[in-house]
Amino acid sequence: MHAIAEQIQQSFPTGFVKAEEWRGDLAITVKRESLHDVCEFLRKDPAMDCDYIVHVSSVDWPDEDERFEIVYEVYSIRKRHRIRIKARVPEHDCVVDSMVDLWRGCEFMEREVFDMMGIRFANHPDLRRILMPDDYPEGYPLRKDFPLQGKGWRDTFDFLNDPA
Amino acid sequence: MEDQRETVYKVDPEHPETESLPTLRTEELLLNMGPQHPSTHGVLKVILELEGERLVKSTPVMGYLHRGVEKLAEAGTYHQFIPHTDRLDYVCAMYNNFAYCRAVEKLMDMTVPDRAEYLRTMVAEIQRIIGHLFWLGTQALDIGAMTVFFYTFRDREILLDWFDELCGARLTTSWYRIGGVENDFNDSLINKIRQFLDYFPPKIDEYIIFLEKNRIWLARTVGVATISAEDALSFGLSGPSLRGSGVDYDLRKYEQYGAYPKCEFSIPLGKNGDTYDRYWIRIEEMRESIKIIRQCMDQMQPGPVMAEVPSVTLPPKDRVFKNLESMIQQFKLFSQGFDAPVGEIYCGTEAHKGELGFYIVSTGGGQPYRMKIRSPSFIHMGAFDYMARGYMISDAITIFGTYDIVMGECDR
Repeated sequence: MHAIAEQIQQSFPTGFVKAEEWRGDLAITVKRESLHDVCEFLRKDPAMDCDYIVHVSSVDWPDEDERFEIVYEVYSIRKRHRIRIKARVPEHDCVVDSMVDLWRGCEFMEREVFDMMGIRFANHPDLRRILMPDDYPEGYPLRKDFPLQGKGWRDTFDFLNDPA
Repeated sequence: MEDQRETVYKVDPEHPETESLPTLRTEELLLNMGPQHPSTHGVLKVILELEGERLVKSTPVMGYLHRGVEKLAEAGTYHQFIPHTDRLDYVCAMYNNFAYCRAVEKLMDMTVPDRAEYLRTMVAEIQRIIGHLFWLGTQALDIGAMTVFFYTFRDREILLDWFDELCGARLTTSWYRIGGVENDFNDSLINKIRQFLDYFPPKIDEYIIFLEKNRIWLARTVGVATISAEDALSFGLSGPSLRGSGVDYDLRKYEQYGAYPKCEFSIPLGKNGDTYDRYWIRIEEMRESIKIIRQCMDQMQPGPVMAEVPSVTLPPKDRVFKNLESMIQQFKLFSQGFDAPVGEIYCGTEAHKGELGFYIVSTGGGQPYRMKIRSPSFIHMGAFDYMARGYMISDAITIFGTYDIVMGECDR
């Protein structure tokens, strides 16, 4: 296992789930409860020193118990390593702790995740939709159960259901 | 999270003259800038909270150009997505193609032939020059120095005409392919590039003449929108916006992709993290780009421009039109796609705006399960409120400009 993954496993024995290395990318899955602690460790520990937030993303796995996956990718400018931290949340309680206190850029990135996937972030200063309108009623567009052509009045387009 | 900067514009209650000041009723003024505003470079609304002419808080309202590109990616094959990437940052399409193709190649674990790497690197650097020329022209135009615009666009036109010759389009190019590039340079293009390498460096000095001693330019860029290295990193800024604050982060050097490891070039770094430093970095990067193109021209050897992986890469066009099997292969690659392995990758590429990254999750099959685009413009907008606080309302425009923002990429 990668040295960083081992270190995280030792520091967070209960929160650590698994680590994968594929195509040179290191991805560490942790439990949702310890996500913030792990990120704080990555941000503040001198050996990790991940001061640069690369992206915040999310993946929808509708067939699994814990449906949503939240992905944080962080980078260390001095140590030059990139780490992907992932956690799973179930659909009925899709809340994770916000990382805005660690990386301020998370504010917009987490808003985008909320907008597109409907994952809520606890302690986020301004959790509103960002790309879709504030009063958008049709749900969260990047969920797998959201149809590609959209919802609502677009369902009535005849040509969409036409076998032709 | 506390804003450390002092608010210089407030009346000091301790000051001896305060009592003699007339008591005026003051309240904050809300002003909508945009969505239709010539200097937002797209459709962007910002709600400005003003105290007098000073910005107290600014809230960007984005999404006017949201086209659901990430959702569309899930519905198409990997090859089909290349033209969509052109429309992200429509000013610099080649770089988006490059970043996307690189991400898919990382997913498929492919290597690209040497000549293709050189061609890709050269075109990417040409695109970087185009991007910086576009930025310089429009930024100066927004600030009020109109002349530079004509000069930068004169040279940008030359380069766009090359793209026209290369792939038949000036802006939405789609020239990069997964595993290589669409076609090789022809002789006339190579001659033109060689001439341009000598033509262009004096032109850079020409732009500087307009700006270097221009009082308005200096007054509106020096010390405006400063951001410390630590804050810039925390906000996730990248590209010239980050290097302006003196952070040595350039994926061309540290990811070692394309032909960059074989070229010698330096990364200009700023000191003060203000708009002027970011301007200076872009000027210097144009000079470095010329260096890189020159080295690529000298080092490049003849060879194939497309990897030979028939299950993934497209067959050559001349065979597609003459040979039935190749045509079927092309058709199947586009309509069904190639079988990608199960896994997930993130691949970032140093575009001229910053780090343009693609995070692709694959569950096998011809379509990506999830594709996240890390667009620098979107992430730079997150720092706008912080960087604009306390500046004058007219500075808001230069602060948009300093990120080199394009809303197509921001809203995706």
